[in-house]
Amino acid sequence: MAGDGRPEERGTTYRQAMREALREALRSDDRVFLMGEDVGRYGGCFGVSLGLLEEFGPARVRDTPLSESGFVGAGIGAALAGMRPVVEVMTVNFSLLALDQILNNAATLLHMSGGQLPVPLVIRMTTGAGRQLGAQHSHSLEGWYAHIPGLRVLAPATVEDARHMLAPALADPDPVLIFEHVTLYNASGEIAPSTAPVDLDHAVTRRPGTDISLITYGGSLPKALAAADELATEGIDAEVIDLRTLRPLDDAAVTASVARTHRAVVIDEAWRTGSLAAEISARIAEEAFYELDAPVERVCSAEVPIPYARRLEEAALPQTADIVAAAHRTVG
Amino acid sequence: MSTARAPGTRSAATTGTSAKKAATRKRGAKTRRPADRPDTGRGARRTGLLTAMLRIRRFEERCVELYSAAKIRGFVHLYIGEEAVAVGVNEALGPEDAVVSTYREHGHALARGIPAEAVMAEMHGRTTGCSGGRGGSMHLFDASRRFYGGNAIVAGGLPLAAGLALADRMRGQEHVTCCFFGDGAFAEGEFHETANLAALWNLPLLLVCENNLYAMGTGIERHEAQTDLAMRAASYGMVAWAVDGMDVEAVEDAARRATEAVRAGAGPHFLELRTYRFRAHSMYDPDRYRDRTEVEQWKGRDPIGRLTERMRENGELEDAELARIERQVTDEIDRAVDAAAEAPEEPVENLLRHVTSASISSAEVR
Amino acid sequence: MAEFTMPSLGADMDEGTLQEWLVRPGEPVRKGDPVAVVETAKSTIEVECFETGTMGELLVEPGTTVPVGTPLALIEPTGERPEEPEKPRGTEGDETGRPLRPPPPTSAPPEPQRVPVPVPPDAPVHGPTGTGPLLRHLAERSGVDLENLRGSGPGGRVTRSDVEEATAAAGAVAQPSRVRSTPLARRLAAELDVDPATVTGTGRDGAVRAADVRKAARGTATAAPRPRRSAPPVRPAEERGASMRQAIAGLMTRANRDIPHYYLSTTIDMAAAMSWLHEHNRRSAVAERLLPAALLLKAAARAAREVPELNGFWTDDHFTAGDGVHLGVAVSLRGGGLVAPVLHDADTLALPQLMTALKDVVSRARTGRLRGSEVSGSTLTVTNLGDQGVETVFGLIHPPQVALVGFGRISDRPWAVDGLLGVRPVVTATLSADHRATDGAVGARYLTAVERLLQKPEES
Repeated sequence: MAGDGRPEERGTTYRQAMREALREALRSDDRVFLMGEDVGRYGGCFGVSLGLLEEFGPARVRDTPLSESGFVGAGIGAALAGMRPVVEVMTVNFSLLALDQILNNAATLLHMSGGQLPVPLVIRMTTGAGRQLGAQHSHSLEGWYAHIPGLRVLAPATVEDARHMLAPALADPDPVLIFEHVTLYNASGEIAPSTAPVDLDHAVTRRPGTDISLITYGGSLPKALAAADELATEGIDAEVIDLRTLRPLDDAAVTASVARTHRAVVIDEAWRTGSLAAEISARIAEEAFYELDAPVERVCSAEVPIPYARRLEEAALPQTADIVAAAHRTVG
Repeated sequence: MSTARAPGTRSAATTGTSAKKAATRKRGAKTRRPADRPDTGRGARRTGLLTAMLRIRRFEERCVELYSAAKIRGFVHLYIGEEAVAVGVNEALGPEDAVVSTYREHGHALARGIPAEAVMAEMHGRTTGCSGGRGGSMHLFDASRRFYGGNAIVAGGLPLAAGLALADRMRGQEHVTCCFFGDGAFAEGEFHETANLAALWNLPLLLVCENNLYAMGTGIERHEAQTDLAMRAASYGMVAWAVDGMDVEAVEDAARRATEAVRAGAGPHFLELRTYRFRAHSMYDPDRYRDRTEVEQWKGRDPIGRLTERMRENGELEDAELARIERQVTDEIDRAVDAAAEAPEEPVENLLRHVTSASISSAEVR
Repeated sequence: MAEFTMPSLGADMDEGTLQEWLVRPGEPVRKGDPVAVVETAKSTIEVECFETGTMGELLVEPGTTVPVGTPLALIEPTGERPEEPEKPRGTEGDETGRPLRPPPPTSAPPEPQRVPVPVPPDAPVHGPTGTGPLLRHLAERSGVDLENLRGSGPGGRVTRSDVEEATAAAGAVAQPSRVRSTPLARRLAAELDVDPATVTGTGRDGAVRAADVRKAARGTATAAPRPRRSAPPVRPAEERGASMRQAIAGLMTRANRDIPHYYLSTTIDMAAAMSWLHEHNRRSAVAERLLPAALLLKAAARAAREVPELNGFWTDDHFTAGDGVHLGVAVSLRGGGLVAPVLHDADTLALPQLMTALKDVVSRARTGRLRGSEVSGSTLTVTNLGDQGVETVFGLIHPPQVALVGFGRISDRPWAVDGLLGVRPVVTATLSADHRATDGAVGARYLTAVERLLQKPEES
């Protein structure tokens, strides 16, 4: 797989897991339909929806013109009318063309109408860098969406979450944004037979530890886990928290972890300034100040439009070595 | 079609690819009425139209008064002068049809049947308002009447309307979604994205452009390269007509023909309704961008005055009847104002309600 | 009764609209205070009044437009600033509140002006007249509030000494540097009764971390427990130590270098004083009982009034007498260092008031809650090391003062009175004085006065 994430056991890929989740949703609920640029005949820009058109037909796997605002808004309207649309936006950078619809309508209609108009809509999009796609396809803007009340923001970081987060997202009566990190599509892993649906309100501890909390989500999770492995060889026992849901944030999980370890490193591929990492750091300061035995560290992307050249791109992004170094500063 | 700022003619103009088809339709069979709207004769129908327009006019005149007394705040955009559009179009819609509106939507809401009390209470920010006091003048909603709101982003309601239409179409329901927007929306990408999408997917959408010649303070010839809006809409491959928006019967006629076609599966239809607002863009503005004589000229074509005149000429309206209608409307508004003034305000503890479907109290939302 | 009128705020202003009153009737106003907001054709301006007194009737409602010159309100002028209930003798400041230059020396003892104390917290305070950038820089660096500082220089000018003195005192007041420690370590230190200042930090930049505190706690587990604190204090006294030490060091170095001290000492029979005190306390409620220190301070203050040459400042090569006896009382702090809160007009305070004031400033000094104005402006400092067990103290003068009075322990000693030997409580009083300002004879006069006053405690 791409990046320096830990190798997963062979099995289903993240892409397949997401496809399987879509297939299950389309099969089990007539109100569900998939809509977006090239989701049908092309099979999805990242191949997620390959084969779904053939199985469900053009009405339910709907290719759209390049009109992000138009088709995201149409998704909102369809949701208002009782459908359960899944709208795919190619990348988070493109979603800015639909920001008006997402913020001014999807996130706002319920409140503005005094509770009359819930918007049960799911919007999926890729996020993040690592594929040398340059500055207009590589940014991590999920934190911007996590700023907006009325939205739920998810970041499945594992194959299992890719498989099992869509169903609860569709069951949510309010708009849910799912951010799929571009480097995760080829990650593979075993998926346990479907059990209970993923709890969208809580973060999850991916690796328990006692010495330091590595708090992250999405595409940075494999890097954080790799860093934890490396730290373990030095006798530093790191706990890795996967936020999973970026809004509403599971403060309690973060606070509880910091209360155990007294040290925190927040890893977020977005730019540091005004980032989710900043929000999490602030909440730690607010809610776990007297637990801290070291300043909170953040590992974020360099404040630069993500460059194309491989070495530059790698240097711009949080890497395992950066996480280890931050951990050293905190523990050391 | 010329873009003269002077009032146009009464007759409906046709433009675009389906002009011929429309003309045929106009000469064709008398428009069919929905079962719930029995034909009670022309006089009675006109009385209904007049009452609906007067209700909007008097309601908004009261709004001016209340705004000056600081009972109503925020941006308030008055519809005075444009009443024929809301009333005429609504005549063509059934209760199952959907309406998406703009921030100048008191007229659309009242015409749609949202009680004056609920609208007035909303403008007073009370819990009894049609949006529970969270919307205000620009954000009137009524899910039970499929009224999907005043949208205060120019053209922001258009994609949403396409989605409502898409859902109806996917479920095989013969509903029409009617979306109001202004001439200013023509400069927004969302209009063009929606027009393309609606025509491409043959959506049951009625696009109603209220062309009042100004995008806020900018005249149409200063914001559109091509001011023939119907012609431009037609270029997307949809039926598009330009209509005299100051004649409620012309509006109703065009809207009926359009909704019938849409309902029958003929795809989106576009109406350009040429109209004019008699007052400022928002409650008070210096109105420096319009010529006094232009305003006066359009006031001479007041849709209420024209209908009243027409009814009198035909012996369909006595002075006493007009006085009765005025009284009825005034009483209704008086009651609405009294009720709004006495209605409860939402307790601040409920501030965070309706942020998500689960957020009942502040504690549940971070 | 004076009128406050619509001012002309520009050559082309004919009328103005009163927008807002900034004071209400009955509230004190001073010349120069903004009292109303007026809107003109060009802008909105806060306008000042030209009288000091009490705001009377408001004649014009806000929102009214009136021609320039229209009376807007009445002001009842007063001779004194309303926030000065008691005005000690001294030169009145001008109406802007800025102290005037002192009058030229005359036969009468010169009395440099001072700003009134205590300053009400919300009243505008007299500005630091004539403070240059250096002083402002010094003050800022040391966390001294110039606005609250009483100048000892000519014309009430704040001098470098004043700032340094205040800095030394401000160890208990201003923001000192603090022990670097993590929040968790701080919390643990409080819980485990460990003084973070005594812990060697192993964290970044020497920050004390939780492990350091735990280690220290294990090490001191057998030591006597320190008084427990219920919550981590915002600024533990021990953390103030370092910067205060530096400030004291600077001030005392200068004192020793610049001031030619001479020292006098006398031992005083305290029998009369102690027996009077004993009787007084026997008749008084617990809260009203006096400590011997009150008697000593009162005597020191009254003697300073009698010998004004020792009560004041040496600046710019000349002596300026204080405008009252403002006694600095050296208070040693538990965490180390000292601070000298001032008892203003101590010579005029009755013993109970003096006692109350003393208890108040000492307790607040020890909890670090003194205001800036309470540690500046002393005209003479007293140090009383009696409670530390010593008999005699020869101190260093706090510049720019010219003397320091010391008292040792009151102890029973064999004592000859009228040819008979008896046991008497005695105290050694000392005087450190600036030879530039006075000679030994003046100092002797002073100590004699102290002794005499202590023999008649009932007159205190």
